[in-house]
Amino acid sequence: MTVQTRYEAVIGIECHVELKTRSKMFCACANEFGGEPNTKVCPVCLALPGALPVANAEAIRHMIRAGLAFGASIPAFSKFDRKNYFYPDMPKDYQISQYDMPLTLGGSVRYWLEDGTLKECKLTRIHLEEDTGKSIHGGGGDGRIAGSSFSLIDFNRAGVPLMECVSEPDLRSAQEAVGYLEALKRTFVQLGVSDVKMEEGSLRCDANVSIRPAGSTELGTKTEIKNMNSFRSVLRAIESEIERQIAVLESGSRIVQETRGWDEGQGVTHSMRSKEEAHDYRYFPDPDLVPIEVDAALIDELKKTIPVLPPERFARYRGYGMDPKQATQLVDNFPLADYFDACVAAGANPQASMNFVLSDLSRLANETGTPVNESAVTPEALAELVALVESKTVNSKIAKELLERMWAGEGSPKAIVEQEGLAQTSDTGEIERLIDEVLAANEKAATDYKAGKTNILGFLTGQVMKASRGKANPALVNELLRKKLE
Amino acid sequence: MASEKIDVRYVAKLARIALSEDEAERFGKQLGDLLAHVNVLSELETASVPATAQVVESRNVERSDEAGPCLDRETVLSMAPQREGSFFRVPKIIGQP
Ligand SMILES: [Zn+2]
Repeated sequence: MTVQTRYEAVIGIECHVELKTRSKMFCACANEFGGEPNTKVCPVCLALPGALPVANAEAIRHMIRAGLAFGASIPAFSKFDRKNYFYPDMPKDYQISQYDMPLTLGGSVRYWLEDGTLKECKLTRIHLEEDTGKSIHGGGGDGRIAGSSFSLIDFNRAGVPLMECVSEPDLRSAQEAVGYLEALKRTFVQLGVSDVKMEEGSLRCDANVSIRPAGSTELGTKTEIKNMNSFRSVLRAIESEIERQIAVLESGSRIVQETRGWDEGQGVTHSMRSKEEAHDYRYFPDPDLVPIEVDAALIDELKKTIPVLPPERFARYRGYGMDPKQATQLVDNFPLADYFDACVAAGANPQASMNFVLSDLSRLANETGTPVNESAVTPEALAELVALVESKTVNSKIAKELLERMWAGEGSPKAIVEQEGLAQTSDTGEIERLIDEVLAANEKAATDYKAGKTNILGFLTGQVMKASRGKANPALVNELLRKKLE
Repeated sequence: MASEKIDVRYVAKLARIALSEDEAERFGKQLGDLLAHVNVLSELETASVPATAQVVESRNVERSDEAGPCLDRETVLSMAPQREGSFFRVPKIIGQP
């Protein structure tokens, strides 16, 4: 047993995701990334005296849909609270958040690892809050105001609707943490509740990491890891933190409960001990906002808007024989996955249509710049083509030609086959006639074959196929040729 | 109800208020009295009363998700104690919130 396998990591993730709405959470300022500093601000998000917040209905719907997607329960009653702290990127000196009665409770996120293993991580809750402004600190990496004694604030982001997803400590490795985050991301993107662009900061996460002897059920002392700006840095940061904690315990020391920042350049976490005392946010219900009551009718209405979700698709696609990478690619290409599902719904054999969708159609889409789902090849037409191949009416070579013609807008493959007599022929007499022609024209090849050069059979088969304009059944050609030559 | 003890220095720190010895003593007593007064409520039988977080009876006051006009930046920044170009300027931020 190595030092690493003597320990088990216990990881929980807190993830902040900006919601995709037209306006901010409590005011009508635009919710857009970037823009000239301090141009998307109003009395509400600047906390000017007397200004009152009003909740964004769409943000609340997004939250409920996110909860439903993960099988969370949606309490009938929910409210907003003030989280009090002094920080200049919060103009009110408090953040509107949800303390003890969030919009969604429980649920679980199904995710998968690179090797295709399906896993599950329980959610504690998802609550709704508002984002803070952006600050540019003195001595920052870009050196804009290095060494200065002040910071600069842009309030464009202040008040943007933000959901905080809190997981249970169900994750056991850095890979699982990333798998979980990827599942959150693809689900939110598919639901349309967020764009989830980490590079724009619309998904930000912290990880709580502890280790314990393998087999133990007690929790070790945890540290909170911050500053992870990509899934890759989440992977590296958690791996590095687990290593560090193992080294601390192996040296006979104890883990200190603290916040640690990930240093991307050095590949290690650093203690972020600040002079401040333990947080005491003094939450209390926000008297400016009335409670939210969610009735069964709204839940039913929103349930109908939940599409087939990534884990369900992934498991199904794996069942069709896709490898984890293929299945992931298709799951993440929602329009193509919808198209593929429509082909299957139209009666196409899943394995056969999968090959067309992932290879031939994807290639045509790349070459022409037209997405498969917008092409002239409808799911029904593809199902028809698949059926022609399955029934051995056409061979795979003709099928590829047909697909190109369908892409070009020539319509139903069945009709093309009928009009042009492209159906595969298994007519023994016809094939034998072609074989005789080919053998007569290739006497040397026939002699070589009889002399033991059996690999020439492939060439002769090709000649017969050509003579049949691709319509002959290749297996039958092969069989009959062999008979003739022996 | 026993007299309420309140850590007035801790509360002052959370509220970012600097208190003199004298003030700490005086406000400590006043806040303690206030708490004791509010605590009279705990003598009431509340088991059958539903918890409430809001005295207003309305629910679900929401706005539709439409973007509207914002304030002019010059107007906004002219109200700030300090500015730097198009940003608000504040004392250097140390540590995490
Ligand atoms: Zn605003």
